[in-house]
Amino acid sequence: MKNRQKELAELHQRRLEDGNGPVSAFRADLFRMFRKNRAAALSVLVILLLILAAVFAPVLTPYSYDDMDLGNRLSPPSAAHLLGTDEGGRDILTRLLYGARISLLIGVVPTVVSILIGAALGTIAGWRGGITDTVIMRLADIVLAFPSMLLAMVIMFTLGDGLVNVFLTLALLNWAAVARVVRAETLRLKNTEYIEAARAIGVSGPVMLLRHILPNCLPTLIVLFTLNVPAAILTESSLSFLGMGIQPPSASWGLMVNAGKNYLYSAPWICAAPGLIIMVAVLAFNFLGDGLRDALDPHQKNR
Amino acid sequence: MEQNTLEISHLTVSFPTDRGGFRPVNDVSLTVRKGQIVGLVGESGCGKSMTARAVMGLIRSPGKVTGGQILLEGKDLLALNGKEMRSLRGNELAMVFQDPMTSLNPVVPVGKQVEEAILLHRRVSREEARKRTLEAFRNVGISEAEKRSRSYPHELSGGLRQRVMIAMAMVCCPRLLIADEPTTALDVIMEAQILQLMRQMRDRGTSILFISHNLGVIAQLCDYTCVMYAGRIAEQGDTRELFERPVHPYTRGLLGAVSSLDRKGEELETIRGSVPAPGSLPAGCPFGPRCGLCDETCRGACPEPREISPGHIVRCFHAGEVPV
Amino acid sequence: MSEILLEARHLTREFPAGKGRMVHAVTDVSLQIREGETLALVGESGCGKSTLGRMLIRLLEPTEGEILFRGTEITGLSAREFRPFRRQMQMIFQDPYASLDPRMSVRSIIAEPLKTWNLCRDREAVTERVLELMEATGVSGEMLHRYPHQFSGGQRQRIGIARAIAAEPSLIVCDEPVSALDVSVQNQILNLLKKLQKTRNLTYLFISHDLSVVRHISDRTAVMFLGKICETGDTETVYTRPRHPYTRFLLNAVPRPDPRRRETGGELLAGELPSPVNPPPGCRFHTRCPFATEECRRTDPPLRETDGRLVACHHPV
Repeated sequence: MKNRQKELAELHQRRLEDGNGPVSAFRADLFRMFRKNRAAALSVLVILLLILAAVFAPVLTPYSYDDMDLGNRLSPPSAAHLLGTDEGGRDILTRLLYGARISLLIGVVPTVVSILIGAALGTIAGWRGGITDTVIMRLADIVLAFPSMLLAMVIMFTLGDGLVNVFLTLALLNWAAVARVVRAETLRLKNTEYIEAARAIGVSGPVMLLRHILPNCLPTLIVLFTLNVPAAILTESSLSFLGMGIQPPSASWGLMVNAGKNYLYSAPWICAAPGLIIMVAVLAFNFLGDGLRDALDPHQKNR
Repeated sequence: MEQNTLEISHLTVSFPTDRGGFRPVNDVSLTVRKGQIVGLVGESGCGKSMTARAVMGLIRSPGKVTGGQILLEGKDLLALNGKEMRSLRGNELAMVFQDPMTSLNPVVPVGKQVEEAILLHRRVSREEARKRTLEAFRNVGISEAEKRSRSYPHELSGGLRQRVMIAMAMVCCPRLLIADEPTTALDVIMEAQILQLMRQMRDRGTSILFISHNLGVIAQLCDYTCVMYAGRIAEQGDTRELFERPVHPYTRGLLGAVSSLDRKGEELETIRGSVPAPGSLPAGCPFGPRCGLCDETCRGACPEPREISPGHIVRCFHAGEVPV
Repeated sequence: MSEILLEARHLTREFPAGKGRMVHAVTDVSLQIREGETLALVGESGCGKSTLGRMLIRLLEPTEGEILFRGTEITGLSAREFRPFRRQMQMIFQDPYASLDPRMSVRSIIAEPLKTWNLCRDREAVTERVLELMEATGVSGEMLHRYPHQFSGGQRQRIGIARAIAAEPSLIVCDEPVSALDVSVQNQILNLLKKLQKTRNLTYLFISHDLSVVRHISDRTAVMFLGKICETGDTETVYTRPRHPYTRFLLNAVPRPDPRRRETGGELLAGELPSPVNPPPGCRFHTRCPFATEECRRTDPPLRETDGRLVACHHPV
């Protein structure tokens, strides 16, 4: 017995040294991800830079995002305006920095919310089956059946514009697709032997979903996240274009691309800068997603 | 003397890895005579399937044959280019796999698939191909060949699907048939039927290289047996000789494990430890850490093959020291 | 004779097969498992042995029939009423690769039943118990924080066994526990199962298609064909003097590792397994049976005591 206690103490010690508690284990995963996956590390850097730029926008630029300078409309990049000005004579770099605030939030917040809702409803529908499944999935079908733009307009029209309402609209649009995918994944997992093994042990429904189903849906959820972030950024730009999302003179990248497309030939820089930034952000989220998926894959652990 | 159908000598297959590479097949030599069934038996990961793939020229990249020679009726297979090899496969060389479901196209009727195989290698009319297909089906014991040839793979039972695979392998009268665990996915009754079919084919002159992990199947079917362990042939000999007078400790361990199942109540014989992971073989004799006879010599070097009686070759320093 | 632990009466299970048809996976099966014994369930794939095994521990609900555990009927119980019985019945699965959650460490896997049944007061106690179980099943304690993919098939199966015995059940359904393993490892696992049975007073239902394994490990054997039991009795009796024609064919088909005793092919069963969607009328084996008569085609023979075992055949050999 003495021996056993000693062994246990040693094991415990080793665990502390390995940092193998749940929280530090996750940290170790992330660390390994950065070390092994250059693209993921770079993408985190890019995303951090974008966030910093958004936060410190007022410090980084002498202009304000809604400073109209009608004498200086559509001027090409110059020393005074590094990325030129738009049709209202506003500095594009400034608007990009401020736009990052809204666009990043719009990319991430509603996507996370929709994934949370979709994952919860999808696993429950898949696991419970029967009437629960029918109700949830028919609801999802209704959401998916409407043209998404039309539905977004209806919701925005009802709620009125504003940032929070854009969040809500995007979350309400996107959960259904997530729920569908997660339900399919749950149905697949439900037939695996290890889920059956857990049932044989007597694991109850909620625990099963949290301990077995959701963690095994994680790779799928991460892929959905990386696909939905850019989609949300773009949907917002369409809404803004229709005058229902972010209202000018507020800046968002999508809004800027839309505004610039009338001047595509005369002043291509108006579109180019926000377009490029959207691409960079989307790529960064994709690489981050890939890196996360690998980092959380147990097959990569203890190598 | 009759010509040998297949002669493999010192065949080595290597895979590069982060840690310098490993050899799933290492210095393997064996011969299949005309009209003979040679068994290749071993546990998962021992390299038996890889040996078969090497003969077929189907080693997947980054794996490569890095040494040795494979002769099919005197023709050096390793010297052939991709195109020549392709025209050989399905023609002079045929293979049957463990899982017929994955080797058959699920959306094409099975008869059609066999016809295609004929048309690929023989200049015959579609009609003639159809005739030969039905004949091949009858030869492998598929009743109602007409009807069955129009079925899709999923409509057939596992045993029938395997028969279709064998029919497809046999339509061009190959010199050598390689059967890679063809009965593992089947029930004992189906298995017995397929083994019977293999015997009939041998009696018609087909040479067969038969791969299995089941010693019972090997004992019932094969004329000559090679026992593989960790990429090498540990022991090979006439099946009767090998089963009655095994000398390699691994062969003895396997046979002991199987035969002790018949003795009720006793503790079953086992081989301690487990098969080493590919790429992390112990130094010296690969079986050393699991072997009761292992000593300094065994840890120092890998034993070379020795012929202890005609046709009975074993890789063990201590072969013959302990009586059977 | 020891007491009856589990009894099944007239169990039937059907699955919808589309177009309103039914797969008759298990039809009217009755059997008893006694405390401390190993009952083997053998038959070809698709004969319903896995379905039956899962029904007995209520991982699948029977369409008809009842199951008694130590004399209490458990078929009609609600999930809540059934919970105390759940702990008594565990399962070991065929595929050691698929039956362990790839995202859980060995510790979490073996600890799951302990947590589910609140068997340990704190984390330390759980770890200690997990280490004990690992020792009992021959998995090194150093592997505590490893993940399933880092183990060999045999090691994984040991982990699966540790998980099954963690909650101290009385009945374990072993569904082909060694058929995915290599020969040299298979015997290690069988020895382990026997040792655990002795030390922990376990009762096994051992499902397998490998008749040589079954003969070694089981006390009694039930042979299934197409959803029905065709012969059942003491393993030695059934193996040495099979009376049902199907049992005879099954035993004859087993390839023996002895080149001197080669099958001549005389007693091979021809033909294909009939479809369980549309089982033949009368005796289900009659379409393949060389001894079938008009009676076999008309009426289904019940299990009858014949020569010290039960046989469902009009003309036992």
